[in-house]
Amino acid sequence: MSAINYTKSDPVNVTSGAHVVVQDLSKSFGNFQVLKGMNLEINAGEFVAVVGKSGCGKSTLLRLLSGLDTPTSGQIYIDEQPLGGLNPFARVMFQDSRLLPWRRVLDNVTLGLKYQSQQRGQWALQEVGLADRANRWITQLSGGQRQRVALARALVSQPRLLLLDEPLGALDALTRLEMQNLIETLWKEQQFTAFLVTHEVEEAVYLADRVIVIEDGEISLNLSISLPRPRNQGSAEFAELKMRILDQILGRPRQLERDVSALPAFQS
Amino acid sequence: MQLVQSHSSKFSWQTLPWQQFAPWLIPAALIVLWQILAQIGIISTRILPAPTQIVEAAIRLALSGELVRNVVVSLYRALAGFLIGGSIGLSLGVLNGLARRAELLLDSSIQMIRNIPHLALIPLVILWFGIGDSARIFLVSLGVFFPIYINTFAGIRSIDPNLLEMGRVYGLSRKQLFSQIVLPGALPNMLVGLRYALGLMWLTLIVAETIAANSGIGYMAMNAREFMQTDVVVMSILLYALLGKLADSIVRTLERWWLPWHPSQQG
Repeated sequence: MSAINYTKSDPVNVTSGAHVVVQDLSKSFGNFQVLKGMNLEINAGEFVAVVGKSGCGKSTLLRLLSGLDTPTSGQIYIDEQPLGGLNPFARVMFQDSRLLPWRRVLDNVTLGLKYQSQQRGQWALQEVGLADRANRWITQLSGGQRQRVALARALVSQPRLLLLDEPLGALDALTRLEMQNLIETLWKEQQFTAFLVTHEVEEAVYLADRVIVIEDGEISLNLSISLPRPRNQGSAEFAELKMRILDQILGRPRQLERDVSALPAFQS
Repeated sequence: MQLVQSHSSKFSWQTLPWQQFAPWLIPAALIVLWQILAQIGIISTRILPAPTQIVEAAIRLALSGELVRNVVVSLYRALAGFLIGGSIGLSLGVLNGLARRAELLLDSSIQMIRNIPHLALIPLVILWFGIGDSARIFLVSLGVFFPIYINTFAGIRSIDPNLLEMGRVYGLSRKQLFSQIVLPGALPNMLVGLRYALGLMWLTLIVAETIAANSGIGYMAMNAREFMQTDVVVMSILLYALLGKLADSIVRTLERWWLPWHPSQQG
């Protein structure tokens, strides 16, 4: 925790993202091996998205990175330091907002903060556009607002690694688009390392610097997305990347290459 | 916005008196009917004296000091039993709720004792404690213990484990997990237990005081029965109803203070 200086007077101070190395990481539940000797490096400040079928091990990887579960074998290094126990640099945003209904919005955001909690909580709520809801009860918020409060709670301690476990899965399509833009904006502003687990390939391509596909506990595709931001979901390049990832997940032959290359834009 | 506000405030101004008076309409109507039936002689005053006669009896006993003395004695027994049984139930509920090992050791024994109607123990309790206050306080404690224990236990066990996991990721210590997640999450159940416990507290006390006592509201009623003072008997019963209602109101107030976030307190 020493890396985060709580006595800073200005909460907008940027702390750099964490550098993550995953080495020969395996996790078994009983006889079932969920992750099979995985190797992965995430650069400081990078936005990595993990997609895969349900049960492929993507959420298990996130839980191992948070320190909520311990690996069966292998090691995780955060800035070259091996991770033992809960990851103090990480915050998790869950699919269900997991807010405490007996606390008001602001008190949910400041959960676990020791210093300047009111001031920093207000700042985080402002970042997600809910400063005027600080004194509401959680039950008075919509699903999208609850996830924004959960995002504020995750960001208030300025984590160096933000783990997003299908955070937008339960939201309607329009709210999801809003949240994706909000997450992208905050990530650019605060430069934390982001690790997003999702089943939405489009969301992964829209947000991530790199998309990883996990199949049967192993990485089967590691694809850099170099499209300029903000990304245009309607562009041919976007569609091509999306189809490539989907083909990989669904195990389809790459017939698409032929189809796309037939498009005028790809005939150079 | 201005328009909506003024409209809604007018709305609540009109409905507030109705909301306050509505619960009392039926009791008031029954008392009026009762008074009329008693006065024209349809109900014999030996079976059920008129409300005015009961008020007269209350004034008579209040002036002699008998009423206050008996009420104070009953209140003391109720509160002492409640504090003893309630605190044991609360501590065991929290202990067993938090620690599986404690639950394994204690819970089935507690459930066995719970299935004995505690009033069935009266003969045994009299043998143990005689007919003094300790017998009645023991019975009240026993009656209060179970609802507090069961609801505290259930409240703690019903906490969403996902919330506890979230608390851990957000750096809460074990103490903070308890005070910020477990306790507030279990509080609605605990207050349900409190409400049941207060009901059982009066019930137990009434029975214990009517069977063997030389003071208290129950004694006052049994004593009056021997002298055919129906008015005092009815007054004692009404007194229990009043005290029970008072206890219930206290729990409701606690719910308003402690559970402002709860869906039951909104709208």
